[in-house]
Amino acid sequence: MEKLVTNEINENWTEVIGAKNGLLHFGLKDVWQYRDLLILFVKRDFIATYKQTILGPLWHFIQPVLTTIIFLILFNKIANISTDGILAIPFYMSGITIWNYFLACLNGTSSTFVSNASIFGKVYFPRLVIPLSVIISNLIKFAIQFLLLFSVLIYYWITLGKNYFSWSWLLIPLILFMVAALSLGLGLLISSLTTKYRDLTVLIGFGLQLLMYATPIAYPLSYLMAKTKYAYLINYNPLTSIVEGFRFAVFGNINFQYNSLLYSCIIIVITLFLGIIVFNKTEKNFMDTV
Amino acid sequence: MSAVIKVENLSKQYRLGQIGTGTIGHDLNRWWARLKGVEDPYLKIGETNDRSKKGESDYVWALTDINFEVQKGEVMGIIGRNGAGKSTLLKILSKTTAPTKGNIKIKGKIASLLEVGTGFHPDLSGRENIFLNGAILGMTKREIQSKFDQIVDFSGVERYIDTPVKRYSSGMYVRLAFAVAAHLESEILILDEVLAVGDMEFQKKCLNKMKDVSLNDGRTVLFVSHNLTAINQLCDNSLLLANGKVVEINKTSVVINKYYQQNSSIQQINEVKFEGLLNNYLQFNEFTINDTNPFSNELMVHPTEKIECKLIINANNNTPPIRICLALFKENVRLFSISDYDSYETSIGTFSCSFTIHNNTLRSGIYQIGIGVRTVDDIWTWNESICSFQVSDIYANNFQQLDYGIFNANKFSSAKRQ
Repeated sequence: MEKLVTNEINENWTEVIGAKNGLLHFGLKDVWQYRDLLILFVKRDFIATYKQTILGPLWHFIQPVLTTIIFLILFNKIANISTDGILAIPFYMSGITIWNYFLACLNGTSSTFVSNASIFGKVYFPRLVIPLSVIISNLIKFAIQFLLLFSVLIYYWITLGKNYFSWSWLLIPLILFMVAALSLGLGLLISSLTTKYRDLTVLIGFGLQLLMYATPIAYPLSYLMAKTKYAYLINYNPLTSIVEGFRFAVFGNINFQYNSLLYSCIIIVITLFLGIIVFNKTEKNFMDTV
Repeated sequence: MSAVIKVENLSKQYRLGQIGTGTIGHDLNRWWARLKGVEDPYLKIGETNDRSKKGESDYVWALTDINFEVQKGEVMGIIGRNGAGKSTLLKILSKTTAPTKGNIKIKGKIASLLEVGTGFHPDLSGRENIFLNGAILGMTKREIQSKFDQIVDFSGVERYIDTPVKRYSSGMYVRLAFAVAAHLESEILILDEVLAVGDMEFQKKCLNKMKDVSLNDGRTVLFVSHNLTAINQLCDNSLLLANGKVVEINKTSVVINKYYQQNSSIQQINEVKFEGLLNNYLQFNEFTINDTNPFSNELMVHPTEKIECKLIINANNNTPPIRICLALFKENVRLFSISDYDSYETSIGTFSCSFTIHNNTLRSGIYQIGIGVRTVDDIWTWNESICSFQVSDIYANNFQQLDYGIFNANKFSSAKRQ
């Protein structure tokens, strides 16, 4: 055995293709080598989405505007739910913007294996490149929708003299990073688990719809806390503190506890860690079962 | 010379049939076995992969215990019938799926081309797709940029380079895709039947490019194809797979000959199926080339030897006057036919008939023999590929008689300067 080992080293193979990788083989170095591909995928997604459309990226304005109007009618006017002292339109719009980013990332990453099977079956590149490119592409979409929120805030500043801009805006990149990491981790897990048995995709479809109501998107956390004694359950949702944190970052004046973000961070790290391990394990053989 | 690819005890198991509730039980068993630290119970079962036979087990071994090495700068062909395991082997080599057992060791960067135009997006222009496809195949942006002009030039679609590829003709699409792949900078290149595309001119261009790649750049190429002509032209050595096992690794000509032999289980000419109505009158009993049975032996003839084919026929009493002919084929092209008589002659009972090709006529290569009989009323029997033989290539090192062409032209032609 000893001899065999030294022999292997002497022959200095650059790569050994075997049945299994090490458990903690993350392959991040490979991803770095393929960073050009990552950028090209992002570019491809962007170009391909808007080829042969007239309005192009403007389409991203329409969805949040319509959703905001519906929320405004449903939750604000009919159900009379407060908006934490924030103007109703920016309140809903902020929730929708951050939720949309999460949703788009999760939807995109969770179908990594199934929808890219034709490329994956023909050529090898680090599979992580695809979900990462989804996260980045959606960042562009987020930026466009955020621009809309930004314009609304400017409008209110001019007309009503409400100035929401403050130092807390520096928190936004951190919040975004957390959303990206959480959706990536979950997406990697789901995409790996659905290669063989597709049951989970059905669950994810309506699960995400329900999750939106279990996240303070259309109502503020403080309102819920005051209404029912089971409200503490919502704090187990890692997205709760993220969405509240995002509102705090944008509007500044709500009651927000920084340490609630810590819980979300722990969940995110665990999900991401598990996600990458399972993903890398799946990528070796998924072509046989997908 | 050093090995750049070393395949050791490589095996790959596949599960047949649908994935559904039935498989979850197996998955749980497997998981339980792993927890207990024992070997996967489903690895012990499994049958060899013969697609035409109905098997007992749900598991088959697409590859079993493959061992071979590829040297640096070598162009190795992989041949075998459909389902022999060629593509599985390439898939494992290109890391799109992992082996069940064993491993492959690789020295250097490896690029695989199992399909042309992987990842091409129809809405992107030719230019954008060159970059995308190149990056998918493992090139960096800088590498592609430096080769961009060469790629466009090779593809010959310069005029359309800023048009979305969905507007391309299928030929242009493939040309562009192959052009990218041909300019990959990897030490090892894996090709799967990609040459079967494009027009004649482009196919030739690709073959030359492949030759160039291995000769001048010292790159290693693994090439899978059913096109034996291309394999013969390109590859020094070849590997023959059958039912997931290596049958032969040797010089290409030897392996191709073995492949022809392997394709038939026929041991004698009386097992060969002949077409035509004349079948009812006569029977072929024996066929030999230089007194050897070409069905059960791999026949190798020296170019300086004459080739004497002897056919023994049994004709019943009602057989009309006949004429017997032997035809020689190379790569499905009929080279010539020899008949035993110019007119039709009657023969009854058992008789023999011999055909001779004089020495120094044929150059090296693999030839197929066809045999036919015909009557004056145009009743016939015929099989255009009953067996093959090989003429060895002793001229290879002798420049003056370098083996160009099929025939030794000085047998029937001459040249003179005045």
